[in-house]
Amino acid sequence: MSNKMSHHRSNIEQVRHSLKKRHRQEKRFILLGKLSVLTGFLFLAFLLTDIGIKAWPAFQQHWIQLDVTFDAQILDVEAPADEAALKKGNYRGVLKKSLYAMFPDVSARRDKKALFKLISSGAEYQVRDILLADPRKLGTTQQIWVLADDDVERFLKEPALRESQQSDRRIKDNQVAWLDQLSGQGRIESQWNWAFLTSGDSREPEQAGIAGALRGTMLTILVTLAMSFPLGLAAAVYLEEFAPQNRWTDLIEINVNNLAAVPSIVFGLLGLAVFISFFGVPRSAPLVGGMVLTLMTLPTIIIASRASLKSVPPSIRDAALALGASKVQTVFQHVVPLAMPGILTGTIIGMAQALGETAPLLMIGMVAFIVDIPQGITDSATVLPVQIYLWADSPERAFMAKTSAAIIVLLLFLVTMNLLAVVLRKRFERKW
Amino acid sequence: MKKLVLSAAVAALSMNALQAAGRDTISVMGSSTVYPFATVVAERFGKGTDFKTPKIESTGTGGGMKLFCAGDGIDTPDMTNASRRIKKSEFEMCQKNGVAGITEVMIGYDGIVIANAKKSEVMKLSRKDIFLALAKQVPAKDGSEKLVANPYKTWKEVNPALPANKIEVLGPPPTSGTRDAFAELALEGGCKTFDWIKAMKKSDKSRYKKVCHSVREDGAYIEAGENDNLIVQKLTANPKALGVFGFSFLDQNADKVQGSTIDGSVPTFENIADGSYPVSRPLYFYVKKAHVGRIPGMVEYVTEFTSDAAMGEDGYLADKGLIPLPEKMRNEVRENSVGMKSLEL
Repeated sequence: MSNKMSHHRSNIEQVRHSLKKRHRQEKRFILLGKLSVLTGFLFLAFLLTDIGIKAWPAFQQHWIQLDVTFDAQILDVEAPADEAALKKGNYRGVLKKSLYAMFPDVSARRDKKALFKLISSGAEYQVRDILLADPRKLGTTQQIWVLADDDVERFLKEPALRESQQSDRRIKDNQVAWLDQLSGQGRIESQWNWAFLTSGDSREPEQAGIAGALRGTMLTILVTLAMSFPLGLAAAVYLEEFAPQNRWTDLIEINVNNLAAVPSIVFGLLGLAVFISFFGVPRSAPLVGGMVLTLMTLPTIIIASRASLKSVPPSIRDAALALGASKVQTVFQHVVPLAMPGILTGTIIGMAQALGETAPLLMIGMVAFIVDIPQGITDSATVLPVQIYLWADSPERAFMAKTSAAIIVLLLFLVTMNLLAVVLRKRFERKW
Repeated sequence: MKKLVLSAAVAALSMNALQAAGRDTISVMGSSTVYPFATVVAERFGKGTDFKTPKIESTGTGGGMKLFCAGDGIDTPDMTNASRRIKKSEFEMCQKNGVAGITEVMIGYDGIVIANAKKSEVMKLSRKDIFLALAKQVPAKDGSEKLVANPYKTWKEVNPALPANKIEVLGPPPTSGTRDAFAELALEGGCKTFDWIKAMKKSDKSRYKKVCHSVREDGAYIEAGENDNLIVQKLTANPKALGVFGFSFLDQNADKVQGSTIDGSVPTFENIADGSYPVSRPLYFYVKKAHVGRIPGMVEYVTEFTSDAAMGEDGYLADKGLIPLPEKMRNEVRENSVGMKSLEL
């Protein structure tokens, strides 16, 4: 008896002894967990702040006010001019004249060139469009705000540049003096850069916008959704509910799982060979992009949908069948609606994955310089990640800010999609 | 949902018909080095005329040639940009596939610079130094006519006048046209200074090429990818490293990096233009003559590209860092290209 007691006590001793150790272990693990969450959070915070700080200049834009005289003689048009003639006018000459008139001291050819470089090369089209919109302005003098050149932009946005040596900056001392004079007259103004959201791509950073890529992304995602959702859903329902269990369905299942892990560039190659070369779908269009991304997202959707269908309790099926519903009725009126939240989540995750792809699009010609905003799924287009890649690769320094700004737009797009997934799931969710 | 599936199917089927109806946008492929220049011309062309803005894809010179030479159907590109001249093999592939008439347009020069961070000293290199520092095999130090695996660890070992920094050069990968040009102009240029290697060119050309164009793979030359902005950033972080990239990136980042002198010549716009800076190469694009008249605006695009406003000395391409051709050559190029003269190799 006493032996047993002492044995018993020693057990308790042991437990007591090890309890401290186990508590320590637990504490250590919790601390480790907290640390890893914190590290992840810090990385994310660092990334977002960095992008935010770099992107900020892209949302501000400097404009310079000029007194532009639409001189018919310089424009080289006859007074009551038709649109075609007005379009061909020499607007560069008009702009030059107005700048030279503002700085009469500038006479050397080299200096005149430097002076003209203060304004964006897109200014002539801007001025042209003003006259085209209202041809009655021919012969009058207008005060027009035109875009500043990207080098001027950078100079005005980075105060440190002013202190640096002349050879280190693209804006030289004489240009600095002219800019100071202009801003002294209140002719330089900084505005919110709406054009970034409304215009297409450009090789001039001050004119480049994200609208083309944004529209291209939407069209491509729509095509992907329209093709991959019905296909994926049908395949998943058939495989899960109707297909017999045999070697063939096993083989298909293994293949679907493997396809989900195939590098995405392979799908691009396939798209090039099959869709473009064989079926003749136009290159660089959202249609072919959507088709390639469909190939890529299908496995994800099928796997997620099957898992979701599997999680519907068999009692639901049994109840429906017992009440005389056919197999198809059971599946489509009871099982699929109940599995919908999971299916939708899988689909949206697949879409989000497709949204960030550039590699497969390279092969099918969507990594391209496209200025015109696409109007339909057969127009040439590019997508947000491709736009980011192309801007990051450009020599002009101002594109660095544009790159970060485009990343922000892409992130917002992704957040919106994920939010949509959460809302849909909440709405359809059932509990049993 | 049914409607969606149906409309998608209809859209896919009607594609063939659409494709046959033709295309009203010029399609250009090719070199990522020419891309920044071609895109500027395309944009101005689109804004200044009633034609649509041409679509420029950045596929690399080789990739562009392959697509360009695939045939003369309307689904093939109309033009391709190249950071080197078309190869004989590519020209023959074109001929074989029915692309008979090709017009070559030389647009200007691009300088390749070797740069380091502004806070370091300017490196004064010769092509021989570059070859000795970066080639896979170099002549033995004892002066005998023997090749040994590159033993040099620091620049000082290569040339006593250089600093004792570790040899660390960031540059483009072998798939890049810039890398080909760098090997041909800088490495081979230094390689040729050894008479016995130069003699090899006649006796054993493939060995000569292998010796002069192979870059060492022991970590001294670091492949930094195709993104030149990344190389610039890495240089500011590591002041002892050197980087190899195109002149336009030096031009844009003059506050961060400085170009090394090569054979005594500073990489400036003027020095590259007059040819005294030795590492520069011509850039081209090629036009498919069979598409002229079938795709609207082809001749007009070529005219815009070769105009003085674009590729002239004060043209907008010079602002973007393209080194213009001498005036005489420019006039010749303009005449030949607008007249769509066929290339013969």
